[in-house]
Amino acid sequence: MFSWLEKNPFFFTVAFLVPFSIAGLVEIVPEFAQASRPTEGLKPYSMLETAGRQVYIKDSCNACHSQLVRPFKSETDRYGMYSLSGEYAYDRPFLWGSKRTGPDLHRVGDYRTTDWHENHMWDPESVVPGSIMPAYKHMFSNSVDIDTAYAEAYTQKVVFGMPYDTPNGVALGSYEEAKALIYDEAKAIVADMKNQDVKDALARGEIKEIVALIAYLNSLSNERRVAQ
Amino acid sequence: MQTNPALEYDYSISKLFLYATIVFGIVGLLLGVVIAFQMAIPQLNYLAGEYGTFGRLRPLHTSGIIFGFTLSGIWAGWYYIGQRVLKISYNEYPFLKAIGYIHFWLYIVLMALAVVSLFAGMTTSKEYSELVWPLDLLVVVVWVLWGVSLFGSMGVRREKTLYISLWYFIATFVAIAALFIFNNLQIPTYFVSGYGAWTHSISLYAGTNDALVQWWFGHNAVAFLFTAAIIALIYYFLPKESGQPIFSYKLSLYSFWGMMFVYIWAGGHHLIYSTVPDWMQTMGSVFSVILILPSWGTAINMLLTMKGQWHQLKESPIIKFLVLASTFYMLSTLEGPIQSIKSVNALAHFTDWIPGHVHDGTLGWVGFMIIAACYHMVPRMYKREIYSGKLMEAQFWIQTTGIVLYFSSMWIAGITQGMMWRATDEFGSLAYSFIDTVTVLIPYYMIRAIGGLLYLIGFIMFTYNIIMTIVASKEIDKEPQYATPIAAR
Ligand code: HEC
Repeated sequence: MFSWLEKNPFFFTVAFLVPFSIAGLVEIVPEFAQASRPTEGLKPYSMLETAGRQVYIKDSCNACHSQLVRPFKSETDRYGMYSLSGEYAYDRPFLWGSKRTGPDLHRVGDYRTTDWHENHMWDPESVVPGSIMPAYKHMFSNSVDIDTAYAEAYTQKVVFGMPYDTPNGVALGSYEEAKALIYDEAKAIVADMKNQDVKDALARGEIKEIVALIAYLNSLSNERRVAQ
Repeated sequence: MQTNPALEYDYSISKLFLYATIVFGIVGLLLGVVIAFQMAIPQLNYLAGEYGTFGRLRPLHTSGIIFGFTLSGIWAGWYYIGQRVLKISYNEYPFLKAIGYIHFWLYIVLMALAVVSLFAGMTTSKEYSELVWPLDLLVVVVWVLWGVSLFGSMGVRREKTLYISLWYFIATFVAIAALFIFNNLQIPTYFVSGYGAWTHSISLYAGTNDALVQWWFGHNAVAFLFTAAIIALIYYFLPKESGQPIFSYKLSLYSFWGMMFVYIWAGGHHLIYSTVPDWMQTMGSVFSVILILPSWGTAINMLLTMKGQWHQLKESPIIKFLVLASTFYMLSTLEGPIQSIKSVNALAHFTDWIPGHVHDGTLGWVGFMIIAACYHMVPRMYKREIYSGKLMEAQFWIQTTGIVLYFSSMWIAGITQGMMWRATDEFGSLAYSFIDTVTVLIPYYMIRAIGGLLYLIGFIMFTYNIIMTIVASKEIDKEPQYATPIAAR
């Protein structure tokens, strides 16, 4: 049979496709619906958090940081509760990472604050001596792309049914409403920051990347995960 | 595998891919060396403003090596081997020749756009699949062009039986096509909302599902680009260079089909102790261990091909590269399954042992195989002997030293880090803060970076040797039957 296959490229390809497809389907399909169910009370990312997540991806923080607390005592002691599948139900893409050059960040919002991040992102060495994390000073001068954040949140809502605009939930609304919301959120973050340029920029109507990034890091916390 | 004397093969496309292999090799390795030094000396992050930070450069390094260097090497090999094992010439088929040229130039356009967009931070964040959706579409076009060349050439072949290398090329073509498409299904947000950047998209899958699809892709992209396609090369070049027939046809058959049955199941080993269902993790673990059999089947088949001919190892630097490539293949296909065992994975996952594992495969197996292939092809394509054998010897030892420094330092670093993360004091509390587990690794990061630098230096020697071969070496009037002629200088 093999010598026959080796003379027929078409059937050879088919013969290869059979084990390939079976393996792929069995591995992926059965748990698909199950794994996508959100945990009770999980909140969608707000406009500013969505923008911050885009900044996190733009600078590939996931190249050095995981977002997956494994179920070992040494990890739960260090980072908090181990991660649950349902917590990721709104994560498109997932950001588990594959390398922990820096610590896991899946629960970082529970133990770090806005001003800590502000200092740390400006100059990690000054906050954690010996740190090899790069400084991200450019985030204090680059502005976020509000339109793309809205486009992403809106797509999440209409295509994937992300529960925005529910009673007592996270609001999105129309483009104009979303824009007003993101400024309110930014004001709340900037109030806890000390960088004058960032404050001045907000007064001019520009939201700097650092503001959104901090909002996103703060959102990696219990508050987002548990129904209030 | 006798060459038909009437056939004049056309190497113009293979030559273009050879140049691309060299250029992407230098760029990709250089980026790797830079980010390796950044981990030891973080000040190096600020050489090019926001564009030079580790996060921006890392996807450029991986894409540059996987889709630049490796793919170019594979395609240089295909456009050379394909004609020979099928007994056709592109001179007879202008259509196939044109397809080859379009394939090459679109690929170069794609890579140029990839570099610009990744520097700008346009990424989906999915590893080895970072490109934004418009570029993904271009990838599909480039891939289909290769498919046309591959199946088109087979369609007009004179030699009826498909040589083993072709089995692996077919598998690579089909598998990567399917994996790539499913992993990159995404919704462009501009077309849904009418706002924002038109290049932005979000994944069709969320969270755990996205992770599953990503590592089904990520693992098998490695399986096919770094394994199947490279095996295609070694099955052609080792017997051609050594003059020895493949040790066992049965073993090739068994290794090929064994690998195709087992490999796809093993992706779950990237997700052990994650939130994907337990049975998938266990399956990933079990199949990874089984995978040793077909992998070693291939490697042993290669090494036994050299049976009774080991003196060639001493005489020919090309055989050195080929044999060490097979040996590194054995090493990394043993190491991978070990890391897939659940208890080992608990320690190794997220640490530097993983990049260590990747690099004994990529530097040792993939890199050496492609280098050997180029050394074999260039004298035949340009009808000149290799410029300098001494330089090849020196390159071989410098690069081998580099690889050893790389993986030994990363083994130590990874295991140290894993042990320190879980170490407790006498009261059961964690013994180390996270930063302690970082600063302790700096010396190893330094050693690794030096290892990478040595490999890059070796690659530059290779580049010089190839260029000198093409422009200044002694001409040969007849194609060598087996061992490549190498100048004694
Ligand atoms: C080169 C690898 C690297 C990159 C890239 C990187 N980090 Fe880090 N990060 C580290 C290291 C190492 C530490 C631990 C030392 C420290 O706290 O500075 C760390 C620590 C942190 C911490 C503190 C966590 C804690 O629990 O104390 C936060 C928050 C953080 N990084 C956020 C980010 C963000 C956001 C990005 C992307 C903009 C980023 N990092 C990119 C390596 C990196």
